[in-house]
Amino acid sequence: MADPLARFAETIRAAGPVGKRLRIRGGGTKDFYGQELVGEVLDTGPYAGIAEYDSTELVITVRCGTPLMEVESALRAKGQLLPFEPPHFGRGATIGGVVAAGLSGPRRAAAGAVRDYVLGVRMMDGRGEDLTFGGQVMKNVAGYDLPRLMAGSLGTLGIILEVSLKVLPVPVAEATLKFELPADKAVETINRWAGKPLPVSAIAYADGDLGVRLSGAAAAVAVARGKLGGELVEGAQATRFWAGIREQTDPFFAGDEPLWRLSVPSATPPLALEGRELIEWGGALRWLKTNAEPRAIRELVARSGGHATLFRGGDKSVGVFQPLAPAIAAIHQRLKAEFDPHGIFNRGRMYAEL
Amino acid sequence: MNVRAQGIDFIRQAEVVRRLKARLPAAAVLYQEEDTRPYECDGLSAYRELPMIVVLPANEDEVGFVLQICHALRVPVVARGAGTGLSGGALPSGDGVLLSVAKMKRILALDPVARIARVQPGVRNLAISDAAEPYGLHYAPDPSSQLACTIGGNVAENSGGVHCLKYGLTVHNVLRVRGLTIEGEPVEFGSEALDAPGYDLLALVTGSEGMLAVITEVTVRLIPKPEAACVILASFDDVERAGDAVAAVIAAGIIPAGLEMMDRPATRAVEQYVHAGYDLEAAALLLCESDGAPEEVKEEIARMIAVLERTGATAIRVSRNKQERERFWAGRKAAFPAVGRISPDYYCMDGTIPRRKLGEVLHFIAAMERKYDLRCPNVFHAGDGNLHPLILFDANDRDQLQRTERFAAEVLEKCIAVGGTITGEHGVGVEKINQMCVQFAPAELERLRGVKRAFDPDGLLNPGKNIPTLHRCAEYGGMHVRGGKLPHAELPRF
Repeated sequence: MADPLARFAETIRAAGPVGKRLRIRGGGTKDFYGQELVGEVLDTGPYAGIAEYDSTELVITVRCGTPLMEVESALRAKGQLLPFEPPHFGRGATIGGVVAAGLSGPRRAAAGAVRDYVLGVRMMDGRGEDLTFGGQVMKNVAGYDLPRLMAGSLGTLGIILEVSLKVLPVPVAEATLKFELPADKAVETINRWAGKPLPVSAIAYADGDLGVRLSGAAAAVAVARGKLGGELVEGAQATRFWAGIREQTDPFFAGDEPLWRLSVPSATPPLALEGRELIEWGGALRWLKTNAEPRAIRELVARSGGHATLFRGGDKSVGVFQPLAPAIAAIHQRLKAEFDPHGIFNRGRMYAEL
Repeated sequence: MNVRAQGIDFIRQAEVVRRLKARLPAAAVLYQEEDTRPYECDGLSAYRELPMIVVLPANEDEVGFVLQICHALRVPVVARGAGTGLSGGALPSGDGVLLSVAKMKRILALDPVARIARVQPGVRNLAISDAAEPYGLHYAPDPSSQLACTIGGNVAENSGGVHCLKYGLTVHNVLRVRGLTIEGEPVEFGSEALDAPGYDLLALVTGSEGMLAVITEVTVRLIPKPEAACVILASFDDVERAGDAVAAVIAAGIIPAGLEMMDRPATRAVEQYVHAGYDLEAAALLLCESDGAPEEVKEEIARMIAVLERTGATAIRVSRNKQERERFWAGRKAAFPAVGRISPDYYCMDGTIPRRKLGEVLHFIAAMERKYDLRCPNVFHAGDGNLHPLILFDANDRDQLQRTERFAAEVLEKCIAVGGTITGEHGVGVEKINQMCVQFAPAELERLRGVKRAFDPDGLLNPGKNIPTLHRCAEYGGMHVRGGKLPHAELPRF
């Protein structure tokens, strides 16, 4: 069985000089996300397995092709989890794709994003070179933070071969409360509660209903329940609800209208946009099912200090991601050129020039 | 002392001063030695260099003027906050401009509902929490120098602090950084939302040691202040056992708000200074803090005590109130000045290792004490595996200085060897630039230089820091052998 890393290097070194495009792909569960898929598939599946896991160190080091399910299973067996609660969006999701896509789930506002937990990355660049940045410790400021740069880079800077992630203990107690709240009160209430020392790990608001998940020490959750009131949602039902939010299988996400992802300052008042909205991340993430004009959406969101992504459906030719300021775009292009000098990796997946 | 030759090119200086004074108030441009001398070093006082010019811009526009002029004339620029850094990151270039943000110290906006604060880079770390206090909020990263250090410097170094185990580093608590490129062009990294489009340049710039852009504004996250806090002071008669206790606390699924260790020499030094009532017989002391709702803290403290007793603590004290908690912490927080009293000089190190290697590395440090005949008390952010060995020496004795530097180099290389890193929070600066040749392979260093070029192709921002040149690595001889292959295999070796 040929060494997968040697094969990756061989493929890259053959592709580079002739500018042959390569599409880095794990399980393909995030294929819907981003611009067009271009190039010959470079399958990361063969390079899989948990390389190292020391639960007392709160670090797990995993090869890119490892199924996310396997990682979560190994962690659960030790009473630990990935704090950023990543969506799978399909059965074959791999850890390499999770980090490359950089998508975090409901717990993000409370616990942090994918990139907050990346401690180290072993990668292969466009020269076929095997490079390691960061390591297995959280406090590490040697050199520039390339591991975190790789998170969310959508494979445009190289193959993430191996990633070391910080993990945390599963919360001792959890409870989901439900409230009825009018739309004009929702954002304000959510932000007000976030300013209090309450163990809120996730919120979801849509159609007049607010779901609040409390996670933490038993005593803390009990006290918070007393303070907030609301209706307690039964355990299994709550788990299904949050999974539906995370995986976007919740009825809110059904229907043909394009799904926009609006990332805004958390206290942004309700945006004057037509369509149906679901609010997460303490108000900082607003999913919008809408047929509204992309330009209008981008303009409104930009004015609030945020950015909009055409997440699913719709016409991608309008541009999936918010355009970058010229000075920032220039930096992006130079970083791309440094790591992928021949421009072969996931060409155009993020922006045309990358 | 490492004092570089002070050859100021007075003709060049006059030209640059003339250009700067055309755009900045005269008082903001310093060039007389008596005015520039205070800026010759930062917290790493063993390394000094008189800057050619010091500028004190009052706002982003003035920063822009300075950068445009320096870019046009190819004058290096070193940015400086409070100058408390311990790796020489703000060591000036003798042929360059030292850009101090001391005048840019305004809190521009604080929104308690959105829980953010937008501040100028010269604002002190503690000043942010002080401003947020009336709203029951605070800015979590708390480096020991927080009374004096600036947020701009914190971003440049990705600073941590005692509470970063639970609340994260600077990178976890900053939403947006605004700065100017070396050309004087404004750039914004991150946003007031929780993410921004494109690559995560905010993460890249955090910890970039003033090499990529000059920071002119920082927007930080404010989080609710915990209602209650309580700290345990536990004694151990063996450092390795204390290290195991640290691992056991984490293994029990507890994430303390703070988990610190001091060895006996460090404890004795701080007790003389602070009189906190520390156990002077213990081989190691652990400070283990819990914060949160009062009920939560009670529960967690009980769990922590159970673990510490199980792992061999010989004595356990629990703070009964705020004053007692602060007194328990006072010694740890004053560790550096405390050792400053018992030795003419000290060299503070900063490596991070996997927690389980704590015992091994401590024994190694003890062996180095014997090898180099120098004392070395130790304090640690034990929860993160971030060590601060404090090598005591007399800088007037040249031989001691050399032995200190060799001692330090061996410790850093040991950190790398056990799977850690040469710097957990103080940065590379000039101090650890040689060990970068050991921690990284040549191709990795080349990528890091490429990142630098993407922002500053002429290498004018903070030159000579952080990322070593090829030449330096060859000189240092710290050749990184990985996979049996020497770097530059094509070079003949004798």
